[in-house]
Amino acid sequence: MLNSGMPAKGGYFDKYGGRFMPETLMPALQELETAYLETQKDKGFTRDVTWYLNNYVGRPSLLYPAQRLSKYLGGAQIYLKREDLNHTGSHKINNTMGQALLAQRMGKTRLIAETGAGQHGVATATVAALLGFECVIYMGEEDTVRQHLNVSRMKLLGAEVIPVKSGSRTLKDAMNEAIRDWVSNVDNTYYLLGSVGGPHPYPMMVRDFQTVIGRETRQQIIEHTGRLPDAVVACVGGGSNAIGIFYPFLQDTEVQLVGVEAGGEGLDSGRHSATINKGRPGVLHGSLSYVLQDIEGQISEVHSIAPGLDYPGVGPEHAYLKDIGRVRYTSATDSEALEAFKLLSFTEGILPAIESAHALVEAVRMASSMLADKIVVINLSGRGDKDVESIVQHKGEHI
Amino acid sequence: MSIITERLRNLVSCGEKGLITYMTGGDPDMKSSQEIMLSMAKAGADIIEVGLPFSDPVADGPVIQAASNRALANGAAVGKILQMIADVCQEVAVPIVIMSYYNPILQFGLQEFCAQAQACGVNGMIIPDLPYEESERLRNYADGYQLDLIPMVAPTTTPERLEAICSSARGFIYCVSVAGVTGVRDHIQTDLDLLSSAVRRYTDLPLAIGFGVSGPDRARDMAPFCDAVIVGSALVELIAEQKYKEMEKLTEDIKTALR
Repeated sequence: MLNSGMPAKGGYFDKYGGRFMPETLMPALQELETAYLETQKDKGFTRDVTWYLNNYVGRPSLLYPAQRLSKYLGGAQIYLKREDLNHTGSHKINNTMGQALLAQRMGKTRLIAETGAGQHGVATATVAALLGFECVIYMGEEDTVRQHLNVSRMKLLGAEVIPVKSGSRTLKDAMNEAIRDWVSNVDNTYYLLGSVGGPHPYPMMVRDFQTVIGRETRQQIIEHTGRLPDAVVACVGGGSNAIGIFYPFLQDTEVQLVGVEAGGEGLDSGRHSATINKGRPGVLHGSLSYVLQDIEGQISEVHSIAPGLDYPGVGPEHAYLKDIGRVRYTSATDSEALEAFKLLSFTEGILPAIESAHALVEAVRMASSMLADKIVVINLSGRGDKDVESIVQHKGEHI
Repeated sequence: MSIITERLRNLVSCGEKGLITYMTGGDPDMKSSQEIMLSMAKAGADIIEVGLPFSDPVADGPVIQAASNRALANGAAVGKILQMIADVCQEVAVPIVIMSYYNPILQFGLQEFCAQAQACGVNGMIIPDLPYEESERLRNYADGYQLDLIPMVAPTTTPERLEAICSSARGFIYCVSVAGVTGVRDHIQTDLDLLSSAVRRYTDLPLAIGFGVSGPDRARDMAPFCDAVIVGSALVELIAEQKYKEMEKLTEDIKTALR
């Protein structure tokens, strides 16, 4: 059953997690774990993080009753957790703010990060500018093309953006390069990992920095409705926004938790990123979790219209939550996500990130068949400005 | 005593240092790879390290990444590479070490892999992304099949870690000469004397230095601090250009420098 004391020693969520990294980095990971655990006992650190979240990021973010969308669907009441309203436009900054303050305490002078959609890269470049770090962002070459607006934002913020030309030239390859950089510059460099994957302590630490989403949501839905929601829905790539909103509800077994993976061109097409739905346990980027891979253990090239979900791995805590059945993991295809993107745009005047639109797909499916007294919360993890151009171009869409 | 340890100790007792050469299995294709392995053995490699190609080699620089890609594109697979090793071992008596990331071995099945590797003549394994803390399961199987699970230590490794790593080490200790990925370097800042004497404090197993060895001169510089030198990218670079004769010559020259 659910164990809230996770992860156990060595970073294990039952059989998932761990720390599969070259020896060169192991002392740095241990140093990071020690430093992080010290900050957890330090009220001054928590106060600093909260100060920046409230005065810089713009927290708490709104929990918005999407009445027109709910009425249009004619079922459950839908609430949107508006992480898109955070400074830089996504939930990513909750984590980068916390980790950058930790890096500062550790005396590091240089931040590196990987990015897919560019949202984590922008959030890292932003806190680097704010706190005076040198900053290098690795981004798959394919992603630098489809998200070039974010590349420009990072450069304006003073970061160096390095396009990664190896492998599938997406998020997985950007992460390989970031790890290689860290191995080579471990003395002065802090690797600011953006999701709940990677070696221990990242899955724990990133989760902890993101749970502010769920804590606020829990309090806000009670203020709005006097009770807990019936379901909470979030998209899952690596899984940081999902774990952030799910975690404070894990013990509330009456609340359904639903993660939505990227179904790409369909789960049987071979062109998707639905790691939990179609993968099997393996080791990628430092942790043991579900992985999309071939029979030989070679990591698969994956696909999604959403660069932030286009990743063949998933955080180890999600693997655990899947196995114990606490979270249901489903998927939405590229074209379903596009439809949901348009639906939210014209019913509520909100452009969601194409990643978040995946969560919207499942919420729409669920809400339509639920009674009007039911409540569904969607984590609207980011805003869609970055996607406008690629959506207009996608298969000749006319908007 | 393990065959690997014995081989390196014998060399040292004869007043020379060992040469361990690396090649990616199946690079550029299975047939050429087998010839490369044979020519390395004939050119004087004391131990051959055969890499299993992996799609995401995070501890490797561009040269070995490219070798992995070539091998995978030309159909390299774990079973084929083990078969190649078995074939080569019919012809030459050289100890073989497998170098692999953890996932391909995990997917093969840890025990099944150890069993087949032993049957094909493999003597040891190096797994760059399997640190001490995660290594016990594989080591237990490896021990059962007389395979040495050879650990890596780095300039960043703390004394506490060195002690733990050395206490469960088999074969030899792989000392990474720099904090970085594999690849040839012009200059190495690490104090190799310091690194090697730190490791010596905890083990009497042979010590091999790798990462950044470009040729005979660098190998000669490193020799005083170790029992063997590991050369990878410099050879793989020549393999990439299909300069097999030059690759053989470089192997010979480095071996000569270590005598």
